[in-house]
Order: sequence, then structure tokens, then C-alpha cells
Amino acid sequence: MSIKIYYRVTEFNSVMALTNETIKERLKAKFTDQVSNFEEPYGLLTFEVPKDLNLKVMQFLFDDEELRFKFLTDLCAVHYPGQEGREIAVVYHLHNLTDNIRLRFKVFTPIAQPDVFTATQLYSTANWMERETFDFYGVNFVGHPNLKRILNVDEMTYFPLRKEYPLEDQTRIDKDDAMFGRGPGGVVSPIDVKVGPSVAGQAGPLNTADHGGPTSQDTRAGQGGDEVKPQ
Amino acid sequence: MSVEQHIKLPEGSIEKTTTTLNLGPTHPATHGVFQNILELDGERIVSAEQTVGYIHRAFEKLAERRPLYQITTLTDRLNYCSSPINNMGWHLTCEKLLGVKTPKRVDYLRVIIMELARISDHLICNSVVGVDSGAFTGFLYVMQYRELIYEIYEEVCGSRLTTNMGRIGGFERNFTNAAFEKLEKFMAEYPAVLREFENLFTRNRIFMERTIGAGPIAAERALNYGFTGPNLRAAGVDYDVRVHSPYSSYEDFQFEIPVGSTGDCYDRFLVRNGEMWQSLKIIEQAYRKVQEFKGAEAEIYHADAPSYYLPEKKDVYTKMEALIWHFKIVMGETEIPPGEVYQSVEGGNGEVGYYLISDGGRTPYRLHFRRPCFIYYQAYSELTKGSMLSDAIITMSSLNLIAGEMDA
Repeated sequence: MSIKIYYRVTEFNSVMALTNETIKERLKAKFTDQVSNFEEPYGLLTFEVPKDLNLKVMQFLFDDEELRFKFLTDLCAVHYPGQEGREIAVVYHLHNLTDNIRLRFKVFTPIAQPDVFTATQLYSTANWMERETFDFYGVNFVGHPNLKRILNVDEMTYFPLRKEYPLEDQTRIDKDDAMFGRGPGGVVSPIDVKVGPSVAGQAGPLNTADHGGPTSQDTRAGQGGDEVKPQ
Repeated sequence: MSVEQHIKLPEGSIEKTTTTLNLGPTHPATHGVFQNILELDGERIVSAEQTVGYIHRAFEKLAERRPLYQITTLTDRLNYCSSPINNMGWHLTCEKLLGVKTPKRVDYLRVIIMELARISDHLICNSVVGVDSGAFTGFLYVMQYRELIYEIYEEVCGSRLTTNMGRIGGFERNFTNAAFEKLEKFMAEYPAVLREFENLFTRNRIFMERTIGAGPIAAERALNYGFTGPNLRAAGVDYDVRVHSPYSSYEDFQFEIPVGSTGDCYDRFLVRNGEMWQSLKIIEQAYRKVQEFKGAEAEIYHADAPSYYLPEKKDVYTKMEALIWHFKIVMGETEIPPGEVYQSVEGGNGEVGYYLISDGGRTPYRLHFRRPCFIYYQAYSELTKGSMLSDAIITMSSLNLIAGEMDA
């Protein structure tokens, strides 16, 4: 059987061809000042795009004869709680295989309404990447064919990788806190976590009614506030 | 007799002409925990819906709570069949962020370990494709040499599977003579075994008829789905991170990239097989290069980066500077520059990427793993649409789906 190589990408011309400068100029020519914050951390061209233009920028980078960014390496999100109106950044890593050059661009969106256009029409790989981003950060990808949780359980009501949530799942009622070194007054810092009606009524380290010990075994929803006398 | 219906049937289930089959999370043919709900028309697959996340361990959230040197243990458990590659990829990411330059001997030792891991991963995949098509013997022939690879890991770092190997800047100890002896034994004996394994499968009529034409993918679709690694190379695209963005001195080595044409299971098998031969070639070259270091140079196994590389324990107990460095590193008081870095390595399944954002603190602000298995498993429904159930099983095993890497 003859081996035919369909895409010989290893013959990329690493000497001249496309540089970060060229890409930056082409982008600035096409999108003027809407693309901003150009940086090159560790040699990788990074810039920011307003969230309504993410598809236009990606389509331009994909279709252009010189730019040819036809590979979406990665799509993820980052949460910056301090930045008002720009809390969630969706980061796209693109790769031009033929010229062997990568770039990264970011789209900022407010956490109150984190809508970003989906990239699935252009890159099929964005399907699960966006589902994962939705699962972790709650970014709503407008136009996604199947936007539901992928790695966490479907019943989860919150987006765990946001910075306000601690590492440990606070909604667990099956854990015996005494076994984890938490007693009355607990090591767990009291965080005002609103995680759904099923938990609000239960005794636990976050509800002051609990005085530690195995009382979580006999709590029922809606019965929070029972006084448990310490022994 | 009146028939009381105790079971509430779903809507339209009596009129439905397809069968729903749950290729459930626990199944002998799914190598890992992931689920497929197949709609079958007789034996042909009409659609496949995947469910992943059974082994999701929240690595990305965990990584935000751990200093850089503690994240290595998380990376082991991504693709656990070739965990040293993930470890080295993480160390390279940290070194890129911190600006640590590793000496050549460290690079060559890392190359040896990474290529051994690649052989180990491909051995599992190829022999398991054999097992899934009914040929168990090949698996047993090669497992003995996989054991030898594990023994080499054990000599280097102490563990066999989840290796937690190396440090930022190099290795935790020099390779012992025993490690080199085992490596020589491997290099001497393994080629014959691989040839025997090839003889069992490559021109085996039954194997070829099982795998040729099963789960093919066109090169454009593969690129659009973000395929990397052997699965992409089987489709005809010669993209290899070791050549495109060389790391750890891969540019010093001569090797070829085996490429297929149709992207079906047979091509994937052949590509992985060819890569094992290339890995052997690289290991031999690297071993020769390592042997060329003499005297004091042969004792170098880490970079000179006292801010990030833990000093020797005996120095910590006797020398003041070492004690101070040890304290600073462990308590997280060394300079971690803020910034963001993306580093990728060629893992057993493709481009394993680490996107690390540091805010200057001892733990990452954000760490995201680009996991090739997760990315290419999306294409499974497209790969198996219209094929028979047995082809779907073979496709699943030839894709080399590792649940740890899928879920992180």
C-alpha cells in the first residue's frame, strides 16, 4: 500500500515567512483598534478581541491566504474576579501548522451575562472544549449544539472553577466532618455559599446550628436550625 | 387476565426500530471509564452519544492550590500509560516560566525516558487492539518488555506507573548503573520482540480484514477535530510536536515520522508500530550521546537553579545556604515571575499542552491541561456512524482512549 502524505507540514519554512509582526499588522489593518493589548509573553503573540468579534477574527485568521490558522489547539477560560465587567476571559490558542506559528487571543465577558459566540461552526473540536468551559465557568456559548455539562455531574448547580468556590465541594452531606478534622468552629472557613435549596436547610459546618459530630447523618432538608446540645 | 403495566415505557419506544445499547462505563472493551450510548439498527450504528467524566478529579482546580513542584503528581495521572511524558512536559512548562535552562545531559536523559514512555504507551495500544480483535497472545509477548520499562522507571524515580519523575531543572538523582544496564538490556532484546509482534499482526489476514476500513477519518476532518499524535498522523498529516516545536534537545536527533493515509484502525496500528521503531532509534542515539559525557560532566543531572531545585539532603543538614534554599523553596518564597506560558509536548496520544498563568504567587493562578484524548474522543460518533458494532469496538481501542487523560 502506498503511503501518500496529504499534509506535509514538516516542510515549514522556519527561516522567513510569517512572523508575529506580520500577523499583528494584518490584524490591525483588518480590525483597526478593536484588536488590542498585543503582547508576546514567551514569544507567543497574544491579543485581546471584543467578545462580539471572536468569530470574525477566527474566520479571518482561518480563511486568509497568508495567515492560515486552521487549527484550534485549545479553548479555555480564566476567572478574574477583580475586573468589573470583564471577569471571565475565554482564551483561544490557534496554530498555523504550515508556517509553524501559534497565537493566543482572549475574549473578556462579564460574569453577570457570560455569552460568547460558539466556535463549533468553524472548528468541530470546539464542541467539547466549550462544554468543558461551560461546565467549569458557566460561559454560555451562543449557538452551541449541545451545551451541557461534560465532566461534572449534571445535577451540579454551580460552576466550580470560579474563584469564589473553595477546592472542596461544600454541598456534600455524606461526609462526616469529625473524620476530616473539622469539629465545632471548624477548620473550614465560613463562606457564604449559596448552592441551592437542598443544602440551605441542612446542618453542617456552615450552618451554626451544627455542633459537629455525626449529626449530618440525621439531618433532613428543611430542618436546619435544630439545636444539638454538645455532650 | 388483565395485563397491568408496571413499567412505564419511554415515549415512542414501541415504535422505535433501533436498539439502544449502553456500552457502559464498565466494559471489558472500553479501556477506562467512559460510556457510549449507541443506537443500533441491527448491527449498524446509527448514532453514538458519549459520556465522559467518570474519573474527573478536578485537577485544574487542585492545581490552583498546589505549588509548582507538587503538581507533578497530578500530571502523572493524566495519561497514566506514559506518565513520564506528562511529568517532563510539566517540568518544561515550569522551566519556561521560570527561565531555567537545562544542561544537555539532562535533556538527553529526559529524551530517553520520554521515548521509553512512548514505547510503553504504544505497546499497550497496539497489543490491546489485538486483544479486542481476539488475538491475546501478542499482548503477553510484549508485556514482558513493558515490565522492563517499568523497572527502568523504578531505578530512576522509584515508582512504576505514576512516576512523579524529575524535578524542575532535571532529575532527582543521577541514573544509576543498574538503570543503564536495564536500558542496554532493553535496547538489545526488544527489537526482536517487536519484530515477532509485527509478524503476528501486520500481515495477518484476519487482523487486516478486521481493521482496514474501520473508523477512517479524512485529514481535513481530523484537523478540524483537533486530532494530534498518531491518530492524526494515520490520517496523513505529519504534525509532530517534537519536530515543530522541539523541546528538550529533540532537534539533535534524527528520526522519521511515520504517516498513514486513510486514518483507519490499520493505519493507526502501523503508525504506532513505526513510531516504536523510531523511538528505539532515538533512544539509541540518546544513549550514545549520554555515554559521551565523561568525568564531572557525567555527574550532571539537574540545572544550576538553586531557587527552584531542591538541594541535596546531605547539604541541607550540613550547609547553611542549602538549608535556606530548601526552606525558601518548600515554603514558597522563591521568585515565581507572573506571566502566562503555553508549553506542549508530544505525548503518546498527541499534543499534551499546559497553559499556565502565574500571578507571582507560589501556586498557579490558572492551569489548564490540553488533553488530546478528550479532544479527539469527540469525533468517535463521526468515526463510527454507519459501521458495525465490532468495528466500533476496534475503533475505540485503536484510538487509544485513556480515561485519565480524558477527564483530568
